[in-house]
Amino acid sequence: MSPIAVSASNAIGNAASADVGAPVRIAVRDLNFYYGDFCSLKNISMDFFDRQVTALIGPSGCGKSTLLRTFNRIYSLYPEQRAEGQILLDGQNVLSPSVDVNELRARVGMVFQKPTPFPMSIYDNIAFGIRLYEKLPKGELDGRVEEALRKAALWDEVKDKLRQSGMGLSGGQQQRLCIARTIAQHPEVILLDEPTSALDPISTGKIEELIEQLRSEFTIVIVTHNMQQAARISQFTAFMYLGELVEFGPTTKMFMNPSKKQTQDYITGRFG
Amino acid sequence: MDTALQGTVTASPAPWGRVRRSRYLADRALKVVCALFTILGAVVLGWILLMLLVEGIGGLSADVFTHTTPGPGSQGGGIANALVGSLILTTLGIVVATPIGVLAGTYLAEYGKGSKLAETIRFVNDILLAAPSILIGLFVYMLMVQPMGGYSGWAGGVALAIIAVPVIVRTTEDMLRLVPGSLREAGAALGAPMSTVIIKISWKAARAGMVTGILLATARIAGETAPLLFTALNNNFWFNPNLMGGVANLPVMIYQFALSPYENWRELAWAGALIITMSILALSIAARLILRKEKAR
Repeated sequence: MSPIAVSASNAIGNAASADVGAPVRIAVRDLNFYYGDFCSLKNISMDFFDRQVTALIGPSGCGKSTLLRTFNRIYSLYPEQRAEGQILLDGQNVLSPSVDVNELRARVGMVFQKPTPFPMSIYDNIAFGIRLYEKLPKGELDGRVEEALRKAALWDEVKDKLRQSGMGLSGGQQQRLCIARTIAQHPEVILLDEPTSALDPISTGKIEELIEQLRSEFTIVIVTHNMQQAARISQFTAFMYLGELVEFGPTTKMFMNPSKKQTQDYITGRFG
Repeated sequence: MDTALQGTVTASPAPWGRVRRSRYLADRALKVVCALFTILGAVVLGWILLMLLVEGIGGLSADVFTHTTPGPGSQGGGIANALVGSLILTTLGIVVATPIGVLAGTYLAEYGKGSKLAETIRFVNDILLAAPSILIGLFVYMLMVQPMGGYSGWAGGVALAIIAVPVIVRTTEDMLRLVPGSLREAGAALGAPMSTVIIKISWKAARAGMVTGILLATARIAGETAPLLFTALNNNFWFNPNLMGGVANLPVMIYQFALSPYENWRELAWAGALIITMSILALSIAARLILRKEKAR
């Protein structure tokens, strides 16, 4: 075994094992995705289980971020991008034109690679998403903001400066602010697009701990380039390559005993 | 200190000193020429400011700010009517131009991505940006002065607005383009409709730059003369409260007084020139300070 595979398999013990009996939260069926004429996802079919962390791994350009961006239809901001097929969230096809994208996005939260604090106070950053859909009295809103910041393990660091700009926080804090902003809306699913790739190892550790805690409440899908991270925090892993789903299964199996040679080669660092 | 990791340094036949002398000279020459021309530019600017100060400061007195323009050949008087008139015309221009400019700039930056219409508007806007201001004066003359039967402050304000709009469109668009797309995606990802993303996120992020653009447009139109010659003209007295008829203003007052044979008028022209230059300088400095403060946040 190569050193990478060894360290990845060592990391597996840290995460709770896959709950194969969990109900399906998101079912992807025959999903194709196009950037203009270019087909970047080919016939993807897979399930994402309730309150489990699913990691999407694969080399750059394999389509893992593209897949993630179909779940909340964020791709539809760009007119040349389109998805075909079905993505069933609790049985409802989110790709159907009758689904209101803004409501969908309130149910399916997303955190990006680079922290994206809004140019407003820490408090307003969190309240922004809540205010979009709920008219709450001040006291209740305060409570929701605190709850979100506590769940994102940021409360103790910012409780005395809620009125200061969110831009003044460190990169790791900004990313936890973005996670807090997302969970403040009480979504069902949280999508994380390489959430730690712009962070230092200590901040990364904090975010990973946070993901582990959030799993009790939310269904989480994370795109990562870091295989040890996938092994550490996920229960399920999907390996993608050139727009296709090569292999999908419980993380332990994917890293210890993958069925496909391509998966084995990728996680042992032979390519990618 | 542990030196075990230090390797031996060997003298290699490096090409030191082989750079030709001509290259070194060309390098120096360019630097010197650039510096010389920079100094030349700065000297001209400094000269203008110095001349304004020397000639204008003598004419400055309390009377300048409190009395209206004197009749031909008479003594004393001030330029109060021109100061207030300029203030009104500039305010009118910027109040009309700001919503048009900001919203058009927002359309170009936020909605018009890759659309032919937006591309055309951008092109036309750039032409308007460089249009000779006298043409804009003539245009408003035909559009408003002729149909309304005479010069008016309203026509002057509109002419100034037409000059300010393309400036504001351009700065608004440029500043909104600097807002990272990831911020808009993050807003959309929370379920915010596009209008909320623009108003609460994009505008907020670009605020300082947009305000700076409006201030610079204000500075630009405060000193415009040509568009006012055909619209607000000038007036040696206070303007009508309904702004119909000529409205006194600094640029045209300076133009007329500076060309006059009367010593008193020429002195007032210098004082007016000094005041207008200092106001524009103050606006530009304010614009810079706002930008710097925002960057430091």
